[in-house]
Amino acid sequence: MTKKTYVAAIKEALAEEMRRDPRVLLIGEDVRLGVFAGTRGLYAEFGEKRVVDTPISELAIAGAGIGAAITGLRPVVDLMFGAFLYLALDQIIQQAASARYMFGGQTSVPIVFMAQNGGGISAGAHHSHAVHPMFMNVPMLKVVLPSNPYDAKGLLKSAIRDDNPVIFLSPLSLTGMRDEVPDEPYLVPLGKGEVRRMGRDVTVCAAGAMVQVAIKAADVLAREDVAVEVIDLRTLKPWDEALVLDSVAKTGRFVAVDEGKPICGAASEWAATVAEKAFHHLKAPPRRVSGSDVPSPFSPVLERAVIPSVADIVAAIRQTMDEDRSVAADSYRARYAA
Amino acid sequence: MNNEKVLDLYVRMLRIRRFEEQVGLLFAQGQLPGFVHLYIGEEAVAAGVCAALRDDDYIVSTHRGHGHVIAKGGDLNRMMAELFGKATGYCKGKGGSMHIADFSIGMLGACGIVGGGIPIAVGAGLSAKYRGSDQVAVTFFGDGAANEGSFHESLNLAAVMKLPVLFVCENNRYGEFTPMEKVTSVRDIALRATGYGVPGVIVDGTDALAVYEVANTAVQRARNGEGPTLIEAKAHRTGGHAEGEKAFLAGGVYRSAEELAEAQAKDPLRILHSKMVQMRVVTPDVLEALDQQITQAVAAAVNFARQSPDPSPESIYDDGWV
Repeated sequence: MTKKTYVAAIKEALAEEMRRDPRVLLIGEDVRLGVFAGTRGLYAEFGEKRVVDTPISELAIAGAGIGAAITGLRPVVDLMFGAFLYLALDQIIQQAASARYMFGGQTSVPIVFMAQNGGGISAGAHHSHAVHPMFMNVPMLKVVLPSNPYDAKGLLKSAIRDDNPVIFLSPLSLTGMRDEVPDEPYLVPLGKGEVRRMGRDVTVCAAGAMVQVAIKAADVLAREDVAVEVIDLRTLKPWDEALVLDSVAKTGRFVAVDEGKPICGAASEWAATVAEKAFHHLKAPPRRVSGSDVPSPFSPVLERAVIPSVADIVAAIRQTMDEDRSVAADSYRARYAA
Repeated sequence: MNNEKVLDLYVRMLRIRRFEEQVGLLFAQGQLPGFVHLYIGEEAVAAGVCAALRDDDYIVSTHRGHGHVIAKGGDLNRMMAELFGKATGYCKGKGGSMHIADFSIGMLGACGIVGGGIPIAVGAGLSAKYRGSDQVAVTFFGDGAANEGSFHESLNLAAVMKLPVLFVCENNRYGEFTPMEKVTSVRDIALRATGYGVPGVIVDGTDALAVYEVANTAVQRARNGEGPTLIEAKAHRTGGHAEGEKAFLAGGVYRSAEELAEAQAKDPLRILHSKMVQMRVVTPDVLEALDQQITQAVAAAVNFARQSPDPSPESIYDDGWV
């Protein structure tokens, strides 16, 4: 085992898959030099046929990837920043995601759209958007948001082998994160979450950069004898509902943490699902901790304020712990019975 | 061009025409769900281009796509069934008129978004080049799409990568109801090719023989690795943007009676018919027999569609993720 950065893990995944399958090629803006280094060096091994530098034309690149995918290739399209995917939305949503269904199953679209996601490095509004909840709203897209280098490598390899369109997002703030990544090949399956920390009192569900923040919040609360179970979803669509519901059945409390915006957000989806399917287990209402409903500001001070922090998560968990419905009901009954 | 090829062009056009006339009738009778965009008047473009292609070449189409599917060799029964939204249709009732595809004949899909199919054809060309096949990909689009970013991005991308792609602009002079000259900065879309360093060719889109010749040259160029060509076929649609448009067009007509008459006078089918008779390619009897045969095939397609089962509501989740 060696410690490797998040981007190094991504490069390993790409290289391994390109060696394994000649149909895999990388298309994107400056993939040869690799703005985030995740694609840097691949050109030396695979050449310009398979590491394709393109004009800055997101819509055309995405569409070209789709055309290549439906005619026998398995392209990885690198669009750099998540918000740049917006320039290609027609191709991603209307064409890539819809094609198989709309054409009655005549084709599948084995394509990966890769980009950095979210904020944390003062990149300003146009380069810091957490775009994943918007794509969760699109039928037939898979959405992946790994929280560490090990998962990034294993999930990207699975995404490339998947026959469906996959949005593969890397948290921008984790670009330099180092962690153990095995040299030998492995896969992390899409759609499976992982319990990062066991706990009996409250379930916290997160993904991407928020997983580490949630774990830190759990550390804080452990000192108060509150045992927080932290679930890393890893894949946001399809997401591991069963893992979350099982945990809630055990803890009876739920806090959803997401960097995305609060309205129709990822956390909203998780909280709604828990309310709908595990209501009978809940001792308190499910809570959400989301990013603030503003475009990402530039100033580090302001940006820190809009992204969920350890303190935000700790506060939400404490509220949940205080709002024990069964206790409230007991005291209500006691008061009016008298 | 030999007689066989000329007849081949005519047959492709006639199949489109008789099919579409029937579709227009069915729509007027309220028998078709949704809405349809007919290709009548523009048949020479699809027929001329597709006749220059091999079976394994690719095409990507538009919301006005019936003609392209038929010209590429599509099955009339499955097309008609799809227009009725039946389970036996090309897309099992999930696509409809604007989303018909037949991957078995290289028809990679019609597209309901103006300009949406253009980059996909570029990708098919990229894939052909990558795999070392000498396949060619064609994108059909209208004059309206030539003002979309996807057209410009795609033409540039195909040009810098020298991809085997034909950009075929079917200029019927209207983007929905708005005349081209009000919304387009050039008189000829083909002029825009110069800006991307590729050949731009204007052709009479009512002359199937001329379209075939131009397409043939572009196809050879593409197969030889010389990159894309932009072909602008000047054509006319004799119908509306969509069938039944009068029902929602406030304020009456947007095209004068004279202009419509002019469009109808340039009927590509009649033009080729008289040429063939003149050139003694075939006798009028043979053409008449052909017509009857195709008319019957279209009637059979309507019967097939009518007798086909509706998709079951349980099938809504079919054909999602692989």
